[in-house]
Amino acid sequence: MPSERLTKRIIACLDVDAGRVVKGVQFLELRDAGDPGELARAHAAAGADEIVLLDITATAEGRKTLIETVHRTAREIFVPFAVGGGIRTLADAAQVFEAGADKISINSAAVAHPGLIAEIAERFGSQAVVVAIDARRGRRPAEAAEVYVAGGREATGRNAIAWAHEVEERGAGEILLTSMDRDGTGAGFDCELTAAIAATVSIPVIASGGAGTPQHFLEVFTRGRADAALAASIFHFGTHALAGLKQTLVEAGIPMRWPC
Amino acid sequence: MIAIVDYGAGNISSVNKALEHLGVTTSVTSAPDTIAVAEKLVVPGVGHFSRCQSLNQTLRAPLLDAIKAGKPFLGICVGMQWLFEGSSEAPETEGAGLFPGKVSRFPAGVKSPHVGWNQIDIGAGSRLLRGIPDCAFVYYTHSYRAPVIGETVASSEYGGVFSAAIERDNVFGVQFHPEKSGTIGLKILENFCAL
Repeated sequence: MPSERLTKRIIACLDVDAGRVVKGVQFLELRDAGDPGELARAHAAAGADEIVLLDITATAEGRKTLIETVHRTAREIFVPFAVGGGIRTLADAAQVFEAGADKISINSAAVAHPGLIAEIAERFGSQAVVVAIDARRGRRPAEAAEVYVAGGREATGRNAIAWAHEVEERGAGEILLTSMDRDGTGAGFDCELTAAIAATVSIPVIASGGAGTPQHFLEVFTRGRADAALAASIFHFGTHALAGLKQTLVEAGIPMRWPC
Repeated sequence: MIAIVDYGAGNISSVNKALEHLGVTTSVTSAPDTIAVAEKLVVPGVGHFSRCQSLNQTLRAPLLDAIKAGKPFLGICVGMQWLFEGSSEAPETEGAGLFPGKVSRFPAGVKSPHVGWNQIDIGAGSRLLRGIPDCAFVYYTHSYRAPVIGETVASSEYGGVFSAAIERDNVFGVQFHPEKSGTIGLKILENFCAL
């Protein structure tokens, strides 16, 4: 008996490289369109239910910048704030939490050292641990989707559904599922894969990869059984896009935090 | 000064940031002396009810003294649950017993934890929720919840109805996270600061 009053969440993702938001930034009202703190605040004000900052910095110097960026961004927003990218150890996670994140997202490190999930969950609580799963299935059925790491470059041989079940057992609080097949296409979320994962676990599933139109969100919240949906580029067309998206979903009967 | 009580239950920095944003002087502390001189007290917390054991061991008396003296007290999430008699999450850990009833897990068949934005149905006369519109959205993340009691001033629905906010005299508790509930949450914290 799921409550219809718990809303589906729309999560805005900011890709950050060396302290700057790097793609598709078109907020005309911003003084500095590439500043993560300012963008995060603009998204929150426009109705984003949660902000994810994904660090795509490759260099070690960039990592230091990340902590400053998290600190600065966390001061600007009073909605849930998750940070992912490059977190490999409990100490890395602790630093990000200290800087002000509410949740961390781990991906490759969880696959390499599954015990890390429980380590972080025991110290900071399961609600603070998001495990990101990058999955690819090509033309195969959802049940055959495989987990990829290293930004989608390396196959692991792990089955995505079995891995989702395992991360829940190990103490993950949420799953951020990205369809590698759909990511960047704007062709819609992989609803079959999302539904298959959602049916396997009882923790919330955040769908990612493929958002292009409000219809895609409607589909992933109904057919895909997602609890939340994440997108980056769709929100960068301006604050009106987020308001329009929520309005469309409310009219279609999806419980939304709107107006907020 | 508002004392934010640190008893190792996480998420202290978010509460502190929100209060600082409101221009309030805060002190994150686990010292009984600081609690004794604070004007108001906030007990935050996410995670397991067993963490309240450390609260009971060293800070129970100073906190209950402060409450008895009429200092405004706000418990958030596990901090609110502590105000009840106990929780089935950690039966050996006592609550403060200031409000009747026990905290229990969401029923089987309900997706748990309850994570995300849900609405609050607000009763009349709450000082903490003054000016908050009925059915406002707030952010939750929890697997256990408190029953609706006489002192419940707001409730939410998820696998049944539970206490979203409780209030008696200057003692307040919220199951949701005002520090993560956008402008609505900031307004609630502002109400508390203005008491």
